[in-house]
Amino acid sequence: MKKILTTPITDEALAELNVGDIVYLTGHLVTCRDVAHRRLIELKQKLPVDVRGGAIFHAGPIVRQKDDGSFEMVSIGPTTSMRMEKFERQFIAETGVKMIIGKGGMGEETAAGCLENKAVHAVFPGGCAVVAATKVEAIEAAEWRDLGMPETLWVNRVKEFGPLIISIDTKGNNIFEDNKKKFRDRKGAILDRIHEKVKFIK
Amino acid sequence: MSSEKSVEYVSDIMTKFTSYIGKRLPTDVKKKQAELRKKETNPMAIEIYDTMAENQDAADKLDRPSCQDTGVIQYFLTVGAKFPLIGELEDILRTATLEATKKGPLRHNAVETFDEKNTGTNTGSKIPWLDWDIVPNDDTATIEVYMAGGGCTLPGHAKVLMPGEGYEGVADFVFDVITSRGVNACPPLLVGVGVSTSVETAARLSKKAILRPVDTKNPNANAALMEELLEEGLNEVGIGPQGLTGDNTVMGVNIESSARHPSTIGVAVSTGCWAHRRGTIKFNSDLSYEIISHEDVTL
Repeated sequence: MKKILTTPITDEALAELNVGDIVYLTGHLVTCRDVAHRRLIELKQKLPVDVRGGAIFHAGPIVRQKDDGSFEMVSIGPTTSMRMEKFERQFIAETGVKMIIGKGGMGEETAAGCLENKAVHAVFPGGCAVVAATKVEAIEAAEWRDLGMPETLWVNRVKEFGPLIISIDTKGNNIFEDNKKKFRDRKGAILDRIHEKVKFIK
Repeated sequence: MSSEKSVEYVSDIMTKFTSYIGKRLPTDVKKKQAELRKKETNPMAIEIYDTMAENQDAADKLDRPSCQDTGVIQYFLTVGAKFPLIGELEDILRTATLEATKKGPLRHNAVETFDEKNTGTNTGSKIPWLDWDIVPNDDTATIEVYMAGGGCTLPGHAKVLMPGEGYEGVADFVFDVITSRGVNACPPLLVGVGVSTSVETAARLSKKAILRPVDTKNPNANAALMEELLEEGLNEVGIGPQGLTGDNTVMGVNIESSARHPSTIGVAVSTGCWAHRRGTIKFNSDLSYEIISHEDVTL
């Protein structure tokens, strides 16, 4: 059965999740990426959307404005979360956001932020932007539009948005950091073997 | 056709083609992904492969860009010196980018550096990026469109090795880049490696390498062996789709090379994500054209 989280997300709902679990999200999901993080943390500007108990999406969508002025979500996949690593721990502390959705892993600082504030990071499969767009029921608001289409904060109402793979849980476990260690460990023996076969300079 | 009409005609074809490749993957890439899905045994990886396939079907049916990041538009041209519109191609491709941005639609991905303003048109200083190879005594034009997304551009890396590091150093470099930075770039990746003389020559060749179809081999036997060893080795690392582990890591490894200075080995890596949006179209001198990268296309 699908496990569905609903915004506002409670600590209890997140406490039982572990890295590798697959969940879906219903409620509100706000896009928030590089410049929005920088404005909040470095430039001390207040985020124009309240995301306490909510979810943000590291994403810069393609949005079409219809003739009546409303917006249509065309294509919205995740962007590389690691770009926000520099800001995320503080971002979580200041905004009270509970779920960060993106692509690829995040580092130790974000994992520490998730542990301190009982939040999670989850991966939506990168490149699957049309699947994601079909889970957006409406765009309810657009803030900081001066940043252009990718960086605007798009406030989406979503239904069963996913699959979302938990990559950092509230206990601070980090699936990508664990995997990277595995990859590094495997690499040595493989490269030793390759080295023997590529001695082209003689 | 008058010259004005010719320009208009080719601009229209290139607008449609640029828009098209944001929505549908090239035939070789699709085939490779189906193969990797079939071989996969890890349940989470299978779920991801299936979501990828569902996404491509949905993009096709709804006629939408399959990934929201339609990239910075780059055109790699191999043009005969006698192609009748050689002097007009730069304007044609700028028009195509502008129009495809509206028609696609494509995401606005051109930020003027230093001014730090998104132009909102996908055009800007030197963007779309044009890379030219001129062929003497030829009258055709082969144009490769590439949508350079942020995720798959971020791992890009180049350096100059000392000859003592040898091809062993090249292998180490490729593995370092893929296992550290490639993980976040939407694997399974197409890995392009340039082996050359300096950073910029290696970097350009590494990009040309990912324009070569998956499963093609370098004509040099040693280079082909290295492609095979790197592909097998990276797959054994088991990065899997989205870096969440799996039975494979890459769609392939392509190497392009040039002669080098005896004192240097320039090496570079470029990566193409699984949503590797490139397209190849060839115009003849009478402006009839053939699409090489995709089957059964109606523009």
